[in-house]
Parts: sequence; structure tokens; C-alpha cells
Amino acid sequence: MNAKPQGVIGQSVQRLEDRPLIIGKGMFVGDISFAHQLHMRIVRSTSAHGLIKRIDAQAARALPGVHAVWTAQDIPEIGPIDFREGKIEKLEPYRQPVLAIDRVRYVGEPVAAIFASDAYIAEDAADLVEIEIEDLPVIMDARAATGDFAPGLSSEAAIITQGFGDTASVFATAYAVVEIDVTVGRHSGVPLETRGAIGRYDAARDVLELHGAAKVPHKNKETLARLFGRPAAALHLFETHVGGGFGVRGEIYPEDILVLAAALRFGGAVKWIEDRREHLMAANQSREQHHKTRAAVDEKGTLLAIENEFWHDQGAYPRTHAMRVAETTCGILPGPYRVGAYKALGHYRLTNKTPAATYRAPGRYETNFVRERLLDAIAAKLKISRIDVRKQNLISSDEMPYARPLCVLEDDVSYDSGDYVGLLDKSLKAIKWDELQGELAERRKRGELVGVGLATFVEKSGLGPTDGAHVCVDTTGAIEVITGGASVGQGFETVMAQVCAEALGVDYRNIRVVHGRTDRIDFGIGAHASRATVMTANAVHAAALIVREKALSFAAELLQSDAAMLDIIEGRVIRRGESEGPSITLGEIANHLRPAAKLRRGREPGLSADGWFDTDHQVYPYGNQIAVVSIDRETCAVNVEQYVIAYDIGRAINPVLVRGQILGGFAQGLGGALYEEFLYDERGEPLSVTFVDYLMPTANEVPNVEVIIAEDAPSPRNPLGIKGAGESGIAAVGAAIASAVDDALSSPGAVTQLPITPQRLKKIMNRLGRA
Amino acid sequence: MTKHTIQLTINDQTRTISIDARKTLLDALREDCNLTGAHAGCEHGVCGACTVIVEGEPVRSCLMFAVQAQGKTIRTVEGLAQGSALHPMQKAFTEQHAVQCGYCTPGFLMLTVAALEKTPHMDDEALREVVASNLCRCTGYENILAAVRIAADDMRRRP
Repeated sequence: MNAKPQGVIGQSVQRLEDRPLIIGKGMFVGDISFAHQLHMRIVRSTSAHGLIKRIDAQAARALPGVHAVWTAQDIPEIGPIDFREGKIEKLEPYRQPVLAIDRVRYVGEPVAAIFASDAYIAEDAADLVEIEIEDLPVIMDARAATGDFAPGLSSEAAIITQGFGDTASVFATAYAVVEIDVTVGRHSGVPLETRGAIGRYDAARDVLELHGAAKVPHKNKETLARLFGRPAAALHLFETHVGGGFGVRGEIYPEDILVLAAALRFGGAVKWIEDRREHLMAANQSREQHHKTRAAVDEKGTLLAIENEFWHDQGAYPRTHAMRVAETTCGILPGPYRVGAYKALGHYRLTNKTPAATYRAPGRYETNFVRERLLDAIAAKLKISRIDVRKQNLISSDEMPYARPLCVLEDDVSYDSGDYVGLLDKSLKAIKWDELQGELAERRKRGELVGVGLATFVEKSGLGPTDGAHVCVDTTGAIEVITGGASVGQGFETVMAQVCAEALGVDYRNIRVVHGRTDRIDFGIGAHASRATVMTANAVHAAALIVREKALSFAAELLQSDAAMLDIIEGRVIRRGESEGPSITLGEIANHLRPAAKLRRGREPGLSADGWFDTDHQVYPYGNQIAVVSIDRETCAVNVEQYVIAYDIGRAINPVLVRGQILGGFAQGLGGALYEEFLYDERGEPLSVTFVDYLMPTANEVPNVEVIIAEDAPSPRNPLGIKGAGESGIAAVGAAIASAVDDALSSPGAVTQLPITPQRLKKIMNRLGRA
Repeated sequence: MTKHTIQLTINDQTRTISIDARKTLLDALREDCNLTGAHAGCEHGVCGACTVIVEGEPVRSCLMFAVQAQGKTIRTVEGLAQGSALHPMQKAFTEQHAVQCGYCTPGFLMLTVAALEKTPHMDDEALREVVASNLCRCTGYENILAAVRIAADDMRRRP
């Protein structure tokens, strides 16, 4: 590698994405319209579980402006929604139909679809559809007795196990056994832009298009092409601006399939934009798990074994991720600690709630809460400090890479690098842990309920196995980077441009980054699991280095110099150290490499290249979060006074963007820790279907956060040394705040459930006599 | 349904549109005026992604019927920049990394511009209170607050 660093990697340069977004020229899916488009409205089940006895759509069909009304009978050719990663035999019969057939299983389930000339008329028509449902008993708790999903199919769709070592014998002889029983509430990504999709059939080219794609356009293209029986070139997905993803948006939902089917059948464009109430009862929810966890320890608090049995509340159907959240829960629970033996057993249970899937840091927000509750419980039982119990068990840097026989996202767990203890020391120093203990003790003496809590965690990112990118310089010297990545607002274009700019020796502002378009590149991994920067940026880097080689090799001939003596500065090839000497711009080289150019002389046409990046394993960033909270005795509200997040990312391409990911994730994590929860009544009626009921943090709730971005442990698994950033801010907020609330109440183990709402905290305080 | 013809002055331009009485101002701006900068986030007045300025006041355009805006002066995010020169609030938002997905951004821009035009001198608590009127799901607000503080200074210095 002879790329001379231009220094743009590691710089907090301004984003390339912002201009259209701040002048009102963004192009989100709702902003797109095609001539003569129809508008779709979904008629949803109002019953959480029941048999469909009758659907009467006559009045709806008769309404002027209504083009068609579909129920399941109208689309017999469309099967249930497939899993993203392929067939999973045992879950096949549980897949969700696009429109309910015979039975509904959650409030919000699509039962019929209206197609009308206007969105208002479509909504009017939806109100006219009469659905008669004979109610069946509901299951609203994943721990309750199982029932039938369908005759002969248990609501316990799967049992998931992972583990190693003989936990039973360790528990039988351990110095002490510590047990906890904890619950993570149901919450989700809830992006500010609701879902939306436009299906369009272009008969002139025989291409079916889906506009409003996000997250994983290429994967979804595969699935949809299979579902509609179309060749790869006859179906394309187009990402628009995306109003927040967080894992929720961009999976294939019934509505995506319906707009495509309707576009094909009606021969035009069909637009669907979800309203907020629909979103809160139909988009993927997440997180809800109940854990019974126990640890066997020696007298110093060394973790000898962990056993974890949990109940995963999947809601009414498995969705495109199938069992991934529950599987990740099993594989990542031990986190940054050594454990002698481990056994996880997960009950993957279907209930009559909105289906669940991934939300930013899936399986980690949950397990960080569970595991760190467990560590706090061990500290309390053995009367050692919460710091000591962690340091005692943290994997040390000389044990890296650290493999253990567990699996996350079908990848064997192998932590690549890290100094977990070193980063914990940095965090403790930042919050002045020792001084803080004294201050808090003083304040408690004065009657305040204040406390500090901490959590340590390992993230996972950069899931492989491969990604590619294409870099092309045009004859003006402008550069296009074509990726199969996706932008969900994280700054994807800026980061890819920075990496390309540094490898190629150009200004990052002279680079356009393409993403989310299946018609521009055949392969792409999208943006999920914090993999975009690790995988796609390394592919961009590889492609840019090849383009660099091509440019230098051509320039060497022209400038009669050895390629090794040349450099590229601001898009111009020069002799090293001779900024005034002979030179040629990349645009000029591209011009000489045109197919018909004289000087090309048998070289491959074009100043462009494909680059690929392959990896065997994910990479594992890590961090700590520390919270200082006070509790209002009257309102039982938790006020977060101070918060520190330390995170080792290996190498930050753009530190301000990394910080932005951490701060944004933190705010979402705070929501899940204190405010956000999808509640249901005993009949399965969702109670959190407005922003008045589903409470997301505002600027009043989110405190300033001290963010420490460390680069002490670059990943040895990619040339740039990078690890992912997207999920670190959210990952341990529930864990750290629970620990702090315990401390404020001087009652270790007091918090057993997230979110810690005032109602729940009041109960705890009443029980402890602290109200 | 009877159409109502109304006249609106939007970003210094007078427009006449014909709409149903039940159409929201947000939908009228987006569908009948091709101004898609204001977004629907919740359609029940909580998130503020649809905020525009009506007669100098920040308004949730999802909660106002277009016919209620008859004859009124409206400013939307599309009118904030003067040609290619960004408004101080737009400039601060991009410089302070207050934008991630950008969906809530137009609402925050119009909210804070309207608030600061009415009350140029606000202390930090008051600014935070203003920013807390709208929801953002990406940024955690810190950078939005930083941008608003800087823009507030900048706006005070300008005529």
C-alpha cells in the first residue's frame, strides 16, 4: 500500500449529505409522486386473536375514487413473507401472510387493502370495510402457558440453546450462587418518518420498482424477485432519503409486497404512506424478554458459570429476522467477561402483540441489562465493589483474540482486540469515581436519593463475509463511488467519501457516493448490524487503491518516472516532493483512458475499479457507560445528572459522526430505560399508539453526555483497523441507569424491570420504605 | 366534496389553490404547492416535523386545516435561505452536525427561527424549552442545542 495519508480519515469534516436536508429538498418516500399513482390504505385487525367470519367490502368498493379492495382471496399467488437469510424449516408454518387468511393474531394485522385515487378517499373507504371476527383467547405474556398458533402448532415456535462446559457440576460445587429474575420492556426504533413504499411497474421496460427501500435493498431485492418470480434485472429497489432506520425500517413488510403486487396488476404506481398510529401497532417492535439468570462464583467473585433461561416475546409472527434477536441474546450474553461454563436456553414464544424484530443493538441492550444486573448482584452478595467484580472478570488484552464456542449471527464469537480494563479506568477517571462516592454520600446524608451506576459491554459489528464497491473517475476529475450500502442518516456518504479521498489523494467533496440502488451495482450489504463502515468502507478503500495504482502506472509512463516516485495530491499526480514539477490530473488520465483514446494503448478502458473486502469474523468494539442519577421522592422520576460513555472504536473515520451516533443512540437507550414502552391491555388492545402514550425523550430529558472515543485497540481484521459505531450509545443505557437507581435507593437489585417508570419506581420505593 | 379556493402567501409568493375543507395545511403545502420540506411525523401535533411559520408563529401544519390559512402569510423551510445563502440557523445546523437523517430538521429550523425572531434574547433554559417542543430520534439533541445557541447569536448580530 503506497497511499500517502492525506489526513482526511480521522477528521471531523462536514457532512456531504446536509444541503438538501436543510433547504427542504430532501427526497423521502412521501415526497415522491408518480403521475396517476394510486394510494393504498390498509384495513387492520381490531382484534388481537380471532377467526375471520366475514369481510364485507361492498360499500368501500362503491365509494367514488376507489379502484379496488383486496383481501387475502384476491392475492392467492402471493405466499407468506420469507426470512431474509433463507429457509428455516421449523418456522415456515409461522410466517406472516401478506393479508390475514382466516385468522388474525394481533391488533394492526393487515386484513384488507384499499386502492384509491387519493389518500383521503382510501382512508374513507377503509372505514367502510366491515370485518366480523370471532374472538379467540389471547396470550399476552411470553411466560404464560403456551397455546396454539394454529391447530397443532404451539405458540412456542422454537427453543434456542447455546453454551459450553458443564454448568451443572460447577453450580453444585460453587462457593456462592447468585440469581436474578429481570425483564426488559417492549420498545422499538420509532423513526420520525413512518414507513412508506411506492410500487411502480414500468411496462415499457418490464421492470418492477420499489421506491422507499432502506437498510438492505439488495437482500430485499433477492427475496422479492423470488416471491414475484422475476429475474434479477426485472426488479429494482430505490432507496430514498430515509427518516431514521434503527433496524425497524427496511425489512420486508406486508405493505411492501402489496404495493408491488398492485403495481403489477394495475400497471402503474401505487403509493403507501403509513400513519403514526399504524406505525405504533404494525412496525416491528423489539426487546421484550424475561430472564431468569444465575451465576456460580468463587469467594472473589470470579464467574465460574452462568445459566440463563429466557422467554422471548416475539409477538404474533416471526418476521424477516426469524430468531436472530433470541439467538444473539444467547451468543452475546457473557459480554466482556471470562466465564468457565455457560448455558443459555431461550423460549421463542409467539403472543398476540405486534411482531418483534431487531432494534439498534438487538440482543445487546437486553443482555447488557441482564448481565450487568447479575454482576451488581454478585458484588452485593459478596460485599465487594461493583468495580472490583468487573475487573476481576474482564477479559484482559493479552488474552486477545478471545474466542468462545458461541455464535452470533451465524458467526463464531471471537473478540478481536481490546483493553477492557484500560478503558474502564479511563471512564472511572473521567467521572472521578472515587471523589464522586464521597459527594454522593454527602448528598445522601442530606436526604437526597442519588446514585451512580456503571455497565461494561462488548459490541459486535462489521458482519461479513464480503462487500464490494466501484470507484470511477470521470474526465473532469469528479469521482463516483458506487456502493451497495445504505444511508439511514448516519453519514454514510461522508464516511465513504473520506475513505476514498484518502486512498486516492483527492478532496472528499469531489466525490459522489451512490447507495441503495440495485440498478447501479449487483451486490450490497446495506446498512445494518453496524457493518456499513467496516465492510463497505474497506471495499471502497480497496477499489480506490486499485484506481490509484492505475493512475500512477499511467502517469509514470507519461511523466517518465517510476510509479513509486509519484504521489497524488488534490487530484493531481506529481513527483513526490515536487509540487511545482510536471503533473497530470486524474481527470486528464481518465480522458486518456477513454475507450477510443489514442494513448490508452491496450490498457483497460476507464479510470475505474471494483474493490472487494472479505472477512472471516465480525469485529468487537467495546465500551463502558456510567450514570449519575437522582430520584424525585414525590414524582418518583429519575433524573440523569451526569453520563459518561467511553467507547473504543479501533479507528474513527470521522469522530464527530461517531460522537453523533453515540449521542443519538444514548437518547434512544434512555427512552427504553425510563420512558418508552408498548403496553397492551388484557384483551390485546395496544395502548401506546400515539406520541402522547409512547413517550420518547425530548431535549428536556436528555442530559449532556461526556463521550470518550478511544482508538487504543484497532481491529486487526481489516486494513483500516476500524470497528462499528452505530449501536454503542444505546447498548448499555438500561444497564447503567438500573445500577445507578439501585445505588440511589441504597438497595442493590431493586430494579428488575425496564423501563423504570415512575409507577414502577414508586412501587419499589414503597416496598423499601423510601417514598 | 365541495372544493374551497383559498389564497396563501407562501415564502413571499401568492398562490391560489382549490382544496377540500378537510385537507390539512401540511397536505396542501406538500400536495398542492409542491413544498415537501415540511414532513408528517405523527399527525397529532406532538413531534413538530410539520412545523411552518404562519403569521410569524410556529404552527403544527398537521393540526391546521388549509382553509384556516386563507389569506395568511406562511413561511416554510424552502424559503429560509436567500438564494444560495443559508439562513444562520441552517448554517449552524450543518456546521454543528445537528442533522442526521434530516426528517425532523425542517420542523426544528422553522420552530427555532420563529421563536428567536419573536424573542431574540433567550437564556439557555428557554432555548432548551423551545427545542423540547419537537422530537428528533437521531441526534440526542445536544448538537441541535449547540446549533441553536450559535444561530441565536448570529441572528442577533444581523439586522
